[in-house]
Amino acid sequence: MSITVALTLTSFAAALVIGTVVAAFRVSPVAPLRAAGAAWVEVLRNIPLSVLMLGFYFGFTKIDIRYGEFATAVIVLSAYTSSFVAETVRAGINSVARGQAEAARSIGLTFPQSLRVVVLPQAMRTVVAPLGSVFIALIKNSSLAGLIAVVELTDMADRISFDTARPIPAFLGAAVGYLLLALPSGAVVGLLERRAAIKR
Amino acid sequence: MRRTRWFVWLVVVVAMVGAACGEADDPTTATGGDDNEAGSTTAAPTFDAGTTMARIQQKGEITVGVKYDQPGFGQQDPATGEVEGFDVEIAKLIAVAILGGDVDSVEDKIEFVESVSKNREPFIQDGRVDIVVATYTINDTRKQVIDFAGPYFVAKQDIMVRKDDTSIKAVDDLNGKKVCTAKGSTSEKNIRAKAPRADVLLFDGYDECKEALVDERVVAVSTDNTILAGYVDRSPDELKLVDNPFSDEPYGIGLKKGDEAFRDFLNDRLEEIFEGGQWGDAFESTLGQLGLETPDTPTLDRYGAAGGATTSTTGTGGTGGAGGSGSTSTTGASSTSSSTG
Repeated sequence: MSITVALTLTSFAAALVIGTVVAAFRVSPVAPLRAAGAAWVEVLRNIPLSVLMLGFYFGFTKIDIRYGEFATAVIVLSAYTSSFVAETVRAGINSVARGQAEAARSIGLTFPQSLRVVVLPQAMRTVVAPLGSVFIALIKNSSLAGLIAVVELTDMADRISFDTARPIPAFLGAAVGYLLLALPSGAVVGLLERRAAIKR
Repeated sequence: MRRTRWFVWLVVVVAMVGAACGEADDPTTATGGDDNEAGSTTAAPTFDAGTTMARIQQKGEITVGVKYDQPGFGQQDPATGEVEGFDVEIAKLIAVAILGGDVDSVEDKIEFVESVSKNREPFIQDGRVDIVVATYTINDTRKQVIDFAGPYFVAKQDIMVRKDDTSIKAVDDLNGKKVCTAKGSTSEKNIRAKAPRADVLLFDGYDECKEALVDERVVAVSTDNTILAGYVDRSPDELKLVDNPFSDEPYGIGLKKGDEAFRDFLNDRLEEIFEGGQWGDAFESTLGQLGLETPDTPTLDRYGAAGGATTSTTGTGGTGGAGGSGSTSTTGASSTSSSTG
């Protein structure tokens, strides 16, 4: 379970950073940056995670890029999740009234400054809940790290199932494990949401 | 609105066509001769009412769990959808004894179901399959939930390394090194027991292990020699077998726990094909093609009655004269972790 937690937290932290940058690319006035952002999102979110996982692990070795099993899992999970974070954050940015960005530019802020100081902070308020869903999806997606021999929760259940020849209790155990991780996460998201909400 | 309705119909049609195609691809409905030597045709015998044999006879079909990805034992031909291998041949020989006919025609009366290591026990317990013939190592943990007839084959665990490797000569040499094997196999347990300081990497299958070996992520792959032989056979320039086996893996036929009559029947039938030569023929036409020599027939393990995982009576119940007087005792391997049920 600790491996699942480590995988999820590390990957989410990385995905938040990458995803926000990609979202900024996608709304940027520079066309090549917009294209790069769109390409990143469309490639990563449209390929099954299992294919990315095995493809990165086995495929990239052929061109001499190799990382350990855990590192590979973190890289792939971060990249994959970042595409969903990017789309979520972009939706948040678009929800901020246009006048805000215009006002920011008119007082002399550059585009990156206006994004950082004015638009993103407001956007983040609205995306807390959807990002929570992305986080919970990530907890479950981390189970695919077992494909490349990372002993996370599902993989552990696999092993116990084999050792005892009783798969059903083993996988029920894994299900409970995921609930124990996801339910409190949901609660935390709810809390953050309330704190971020605009008082009306 | 109109457009949505159109779309819904389109989805329905596509789904139906898809389902029809899926059915056509189903390996059990696919027919087609293979080059098996025609066995003699036998009439279906009569069985006592209430036995599993009678039930199978009545439904006219036997459901068998086999592997679909194990070269030499049970492997699906992607072109025809048919499964081929030693396990498949054994299943046919069993089916003939219940349903009659010969090994070629009986294929139509066998429903093969893909069994991976993980689902073998549930498949048997739920009655999803009548028997499992899927490189299924007999051990005490498993005997607590299902029963085994056989063994019909004794594999030996060995090590596969890259062709240029000279550092690994025995299982001890794996200590402190990265070794790969598949999840849900007894191979993992054996490595941990014989080389406790080895770093064992577990993948879903041996294809990934082979890839990891070629990529130099691991120094060795360890599992049954029969499985490894398939890989070495296909890439003799890259891989080699260490050829220093360190454990016996007796493969059994899995069946529902406590079905003594069925187990006796299966054991009797195995004895018959050991002595009658069909076992040897099945070996030559499958595993023999991978360059393996036909071994002596194994000694049956007619272990004690249901209710425990005791292995005390191992082998002794077998009527003597099983051809070849099995070179390997299966007692050792199956009682390594003796536990009581």
